[in-house]
Amino acid sequence: MGRILIIAEHDGSTLNSSTSKCVSCATGIENDGIDIVVFATSGADIASQAAGLAGVAKVLHVDNEANAKPLAAIIAPQVAAMAEPYSHILGPSTTFGKDLMPRVAGLLGVGQVSDIMTVIGPYTFQRPTYAGEAIITVEASADRKLVATVRSASYKTAASGGSAAVEALSVDANLPTHTRYGELKAAASDRPDLQTASRVICGGRALGSKENFDMVFKLADKLGAAVGATRAAVDAGYVPNETQVGQTGKIIAPELYIAFGISGAIQHVTGIKDAGTIVAVNKDAEAPIFEMADIGLVADLFTVIPELESKLG
Amino acid sequence: MKKIMVGLKRVVDYNVRIRVKPDGSGVITDGVKMSINPFDEIALEEALRIKERGEAEEVIAVSIGPADAQQQLRTGLAMGADRAILVQTDELVESLDAARTLLKLIEKESPELVIVGKQAIDDDNGQTGAMLAALWDRPQATCVSEVTFADGKATVTREVDSGLETIEVDLPAVLTADLRLNEPRYVKLPDIMKAKRKPLETVSMEDLGVALEPQLKIVKTDPPAQRQKGVMVEDVDGLISALKDKGLL
Ligand SMILES: Cc1cc2nc3c(=O)[nH]c(=O)nc-3n(C[C@H](O)[C@H](O)[C@H](O)COP(=O)(O)OP(=O)(O)OC[C@H]3O[C@@H](n4cnc5c(N)ncnc54)[C@H](O)[C@@H]3O)c2cc1C
Repeated sequence: MGRILIIAEHDGSTLNSSTSKCVSCATGIENDGIDIVVFATSGADIASQAAGLAGVAKVLHVDNEANAKPLAAIIAPQVAAMAEPYSHILGPSTTFGKDLMPRVAGLLGVGQVSDIMTVIGPYTFQRPTYAGEAIITVEASADRKLVATVRSASYKTAASGGSAAVEALSVDANLPTHTRYGELKAAASDRPDLQTASRVICGGRALGSKENFDMVFKLADKLGAAVGATRAAVDAGYVPNETQVGQTGKIIAPELYIAFGISGAIQHVTGIKDAGTIVAVNKDAEAPIFEMADIGLVADLFTVIPELESKLG
Repeated sequence: MKKIMVGLKRVVDYNVRIRVKPDGSGVITDGVKMSINPFDEIALEEALRIKERGEAEEVIAVSIGPADAQQQLRTGLAMGADRAILVQTDELVESLDAARTLLKLIEKESPELVIVGKQAIDDDNGQTGAMLAALWDRPQATCVSEVTFADGKATVTREVDSGLETIEVDLPAVLTADLRLNEPRYVKLPDIMKAKRKPLETVSMEDLGVALEPQLKIVKTDPPAQRQKGVMVEDVDGLISALKDKGLL
C-alpha cells in the first residue's frame, strides 16, 4: 500500500468537481492516505475547498507565480519533484489532466492508465478503448508508481464534510521558460456547465444552422439544461468546440440527456453512456441512437422542439 | 524550419464496427479495414500545409508497427510526405515506449517540429505526444486547433473544456492535433503512383537501440455493458408523460 496524490484542477479560485471525482476513485484503491495538491499563485483558498472532501488526508498547496495558469510543462516537473512518497498519482481525464498527466508519467518514466472507469485492485483497472466499444482490464506493475487519469463520468462527487489538514509546500524543481500562456477565450454563459449539469440537451447536424440551434438553447433554458452537440454540429460552426460530446469531446453523465437530430455514431454515444435516461428524437426510425435510447420518438425535430417548449409551459 | 516529423499509427478504420473476441483476448482485427489514425492524418495534413506555405522544407512520416504499416506510410507519402520511416515491430507498443522510440528518431533527424494526433482511436490513450515532449525536455501543445509560426516560436490555439486557449511555445516542440485543425486532403491516383518512388526506410527497435519495457498488461477485453431496451413513444404528449413517469419532469 502507499499514499495517493491527486492533482487538483481549478480555475484560479474554484476547485473543479473533477477533483472530487478523483477522490471517489482513489477511495476505491487501498491506500495509506489520499493527498491533494493545488498548484496556484496563492492556493490556500482552493486548498481549503479540497480539504472539505471526505476521505482526504492532507491538502498541499504549491504557491508560485509560475502556477498562475495550468501549463503542463510548468506543473509536471513540480509533480515529479514531489512524487517520491506516493505510489499512485491521479488526475482527472479533463483536458487539464489529459495534457498534464502523460507529461508527469514521461518525467517519471512510467506508463499511464488513461480514463479509469473501475478499480479492480490497487494496480488493476478497467478503462474504455475503441470509443468505449471494448473495455479492457489492465494491470500495471506494482513496483512502479502508477500515473493515471480518472474518467469523471464513471464517478460521483465525493461527500463533503471532510476536514483535511492544509499545508503550504515548496517544491524544488527547474521550471522551463519555453512555454507561455496567452489567453482563454471562453464563451460567457450563465447556462449550467455541460460536465456537471443534471440535464443536457444535445443537437446534431440536423439543426442545419446556428440560427436554428437557438431552438435548442431556448428549450434548454426552459428545462434548466446544459447544451451539448455532436462533432458534426461543432464542425459546421453552429456551436463552439466546448459543447462537443463524445470520444474526443466531453464525456457526460447527466440524469437526463435528450438528443435532437443525432444519428448515434459510436464516437458520440461513448460520451453519453453513463446518462440516467437517454431520449432520442430523430426522423429516421433506423437511426442507431434508438438502439440505446430509453425513450425514442420518430419525428421531425423542427415540430417537436417548439411543441415541447410550449407544452412545458 | 528544416524538418517536421509526423507520427502515423496504423489503426482499425473508424468506420469499422468493433467486435470483442468471445474469449476476451482482444478485438477482432482479422480482415478488418485498417487506416491511418484520423488524428495522425490531421497531423500530417498540417505539416504538409506548413511546408506548402514555405515554412518548412521536409516532412518525414514515421510509424511504429508491423510490416503492414507500410501501407499507411505509403498513403502518407501519397498525401505529400517527402519520406517515411517504419520502425518495424510485431509487439504491442505502449505509449511510453512509442515516445522513447520517437525520441531516438528525433535524435537522428533533429526536426524542429513533431506533430502527432492527440489520441489514437484504438487504445484511446492520448499519451504519446506529451510523454515525448517530457522525454525530449521540450514544450508541448496538445489538442491543437490552430497554429502559426514566427521567430522560432509557435502560437497555438488549444481546444480545452472551457473554450479555446492560446499558448506560445519555443521550437522545437511537440504538437498534438485535434479534429478541427484542418480537413485532410484526399489522395489522388497519380499521387499514389508517385509515392511508390519516394523513400521508405525500415528500421528495427534494435537498430535504434530501444528495448521495449511493457508495464501495462491487458488482462481481459470485454464488450461494453448494454443498456436495457427502451420504449418508443408516438408523439410529444407521449414523450412528456414518459418523462413524468420517470420523475424527470
Ligand atoms: C476520430 C473521430 C472522432 C470523432 N469524435 C466525435 C465526438 O467526440 N463527438 C461526436 O459527436 N462525433 C465525433 N465524431 C464524428 C462522428 O463519427 C459522427 O460523424 C457525428 O457524431 C455525427 O453527428 P450527427 O449525429 O450530428 O450527424 P449525422 O450523423 O449526419 O446525423 C444526423 C441525424 O439527424 C437526423 N435528422 C435529419 N433531419 C432531421 C429532422 N428534421 N428531425 C429529426 N432528425 C433529423 C438524421 O436522420 C440523422 O440520423 C468523430 C469522428 C472521428 C472520425
